[in-house]
Amino acid sequence: MASPERPLSPHLQVYKPQLTSVLSILHRVTGVALTAGTLLLTWWLVSAAYGPDAFATAQGFAGSLIGQLILWGFTFALFYHLGNGVRHLAWDFGWGFELSQLRTSGIIMVAFAVGATLVTLIAAYAVGG
Amino acid sequence: MAEFNLPPNSRMKEGKTWPTPPGAKRVKRFRIYRYNPDSGENPRIDTFHIDLDACGPMVLDALIKIKNEIDSTLTFRRSCREGVCGSCAFNIDGTNTLACIKAIEDIKGDVRIFPLPHMPVIKDLVPDLSVPYAQYQLIQPWLQADTPPPAGERRQSPEERAKLDGLWECILCFCCQTSCPSYWWNGDRYLGPAVLLQAYRWIADSRDEHTGDRLDQLNDPFRVYRCHTIMNCSNTCPKHLNPGKAIAEIKTALAQRIL
Repeated sequence: MASPERPLSPHLQVYKPQLTSVLSILHRVTGVALTAGTLLLTWWLVSAAYGPDAFATAQGFAGSLIGQLILWGFTFALFYHLGNGVRHLAWDFGWGFELSQLRTSGIIMVAFAVGATLVTLIAAYAVGG
Repeated sequence: MAEFNLPPNSRMKEGKTWPTPPGAKRVKRFRIYRYNPDSGENPRIDTFHIDLDACGPMVLDALIKIKNEIDSTLTFRRSCREGVCGSCAFNIDGTNTLACIKAIEDIKGDVRIFPLPHMPVIKDLVPDLSVPYAQYQLIQPWLQADTPPPAGERRQSPEERAKLDGLWECILCFCCQTSCPSYWWNGDRYLGPAVLLQAYRWIADSRDEHTGDRLDQLNDPFRVYRCHTIMNCSNTCPKHLNPGKAIAEIKTALAQRIL
């Protein structure tokens, strides 16, 4: 009575997001964002090598509201991916797998990412970037 | 490639709503996944109203009450009703657990019950578990030793025996297996948390002499390394075991072999 038409039970549609699973998918999201951001960074560097006009265009974009939003996002993605990367490193040693440890390390990591992003932004604007 | 949407034949429709029992003071709504293979129709969500003053405390009590008193066609697996057989594993209130040890009063709002996620459905809450069972068979879950059997038992020190704690208690309910997004997207090649915890149970056993062969079998980009430490498995295990940690132990053992 094996039927090839058997329906697939719901998965993403019904499964409640967990702290660990949300932090995990954000690790991938920030990784993708960093790849895209690195392309923009490359464009900025290449424009500097290309000449003053090209650099002025790139610098103007980076200084625009959209450019600044991208830079804030890039900064957060960098610190998030770094912090969670350290968590992954600990897991690869077999450390921190108790549910309470997973929760604590996740909260500390997010606090670090948010804090480091804010410190970087404050420093950047204080220097006059 | 991961397919995030349900295929057209799997999308759920609103189903039948059964009446509220007259005179009931404490009524709980149960929203239950139904699929009848003979109807040719898509799955649907039926709504039942249960008088909690006339029902046992656990979700399984409500399911049995529905089957006995409201709709005898409701189909689900159950056996021991005390959390040791692993039959009544469903997605309840958003996570996977055993209906027999999940208290109704711990669920806020409606009690939503679905089959274990991302599995072919045979009928109602009964999924086809052929693939995870075949994967369990693949890891050869029995003691393998080449030395001749001793006159008595194969002895273990208390310390060696302690390494199996947290592993032997697994009842193969597949709550963890079907909670894992990696298993949803790559279940044909990734062995999944339940099977890998079982694999580690034999790797960690001091009496087993085929540890190298077992690690060889697992050393594969998909079989073990699709674990991305999402940790839905350990969060959802109704026996409070830690499959995510067991998988990490396998990865550590694989790494230590080449160091």
